[in-house]
Amino acid sequence: MNLIQILFWLLSGLAIVSALMVLISKNPVHSVLWLIVVFFAISGHYILLNAQFLAIVNLIVYAGAIMVLFLFVIMLMNLGKESDPQKNVWIKLAGAISGGSLLIVLVSLVKQASEINDKEALLGNGNIGLIGTLGKVLFTDFVVPFEISSVLFLSAMVGAVVIGKK
Amino acid sequence: MPISNYIIFCLALFTIGIVGVLVRRNAIIVFMCIELMLNAVNLLLVAFSKMHNGVAYLTDKSTIVGADAQVFVFFIMVVAAAEVSVGLAIIVMMYRNTKSIDINFLNRLKN
Repeated sequence: MNLIQILFWLLSGLAIVSALMVLISKNPVHSVLWLIVVFFAISGHYILLNAQFLAIVNLIVYAGAIMVLFLFVIMLMNLGKESDPQKNVWIKLAGAISGGSLLIVLVSLVKQASEINDKEALLGNGNIGLIGTLGKVLFTDFVVPFEISSVLFLSAMVGAVVIGKK
Repeated sequence: MPISNYIIFCLALFTIGIVGVLVRRNAIIVFMCIELMLNAVNLLLVAFSKMHNGVAYLTDKSTIVGADAQVFVFFIMVVAAAEVSVGLAIIVMMYRNTKSIDINFLNRLKN
């Protein structure tokens, strides 16, 4: 077991435990902080896959901007510890059972699929994740969706201001 | 690293997100679980792009097969950022009207 495999299992375990803590935490602020840990672990996975641009963008956009937005909204609402008053244990049990059975079905499907049995993800090598390569692809093949996404951002900004103002 | 490891890991993250949407009643936490599901799908897309790139990498060291998937992940992040800003504005507006973000109280769009 070499270093990359150790890092893979370490980051996977960290991500899954933190994702479970997002669910379990009573305080929404703790949920946000655990979700930031999940995003850091996923950025570590991107670095292992040599997708450097996406790792940085994931840190800046998700762990930086979006999570700060969540924290600001939670602070504005002044939610205390009693924000999730659910006492019914049966709903939690039903959710856990349905999610677990879904996971079992999907994992058994993956185990049976013969197309992906011997496929490997290339770790550490390859240059498709570098900023230069992605920039060339983004500004030649995908330049029209890129410009349309700027219009999407403008409309989202206007919509957020109009909805939030009153 | 076998691709099935990545698929199973992302399925676990996605399932945790689904359970969160089903179980929790706080609207903000439901929203955060949706973000978790989006990230699981993003990681799986990157893993598949590296899988296809690895096949082409054996013959040509400077291949860019699979770069489209990473651009696609970038666009998913763009759309998610826009979605979060509008969605949180809607949640703030609902909290201002009803003083609650429990989704069982908010299951009617009117009143």
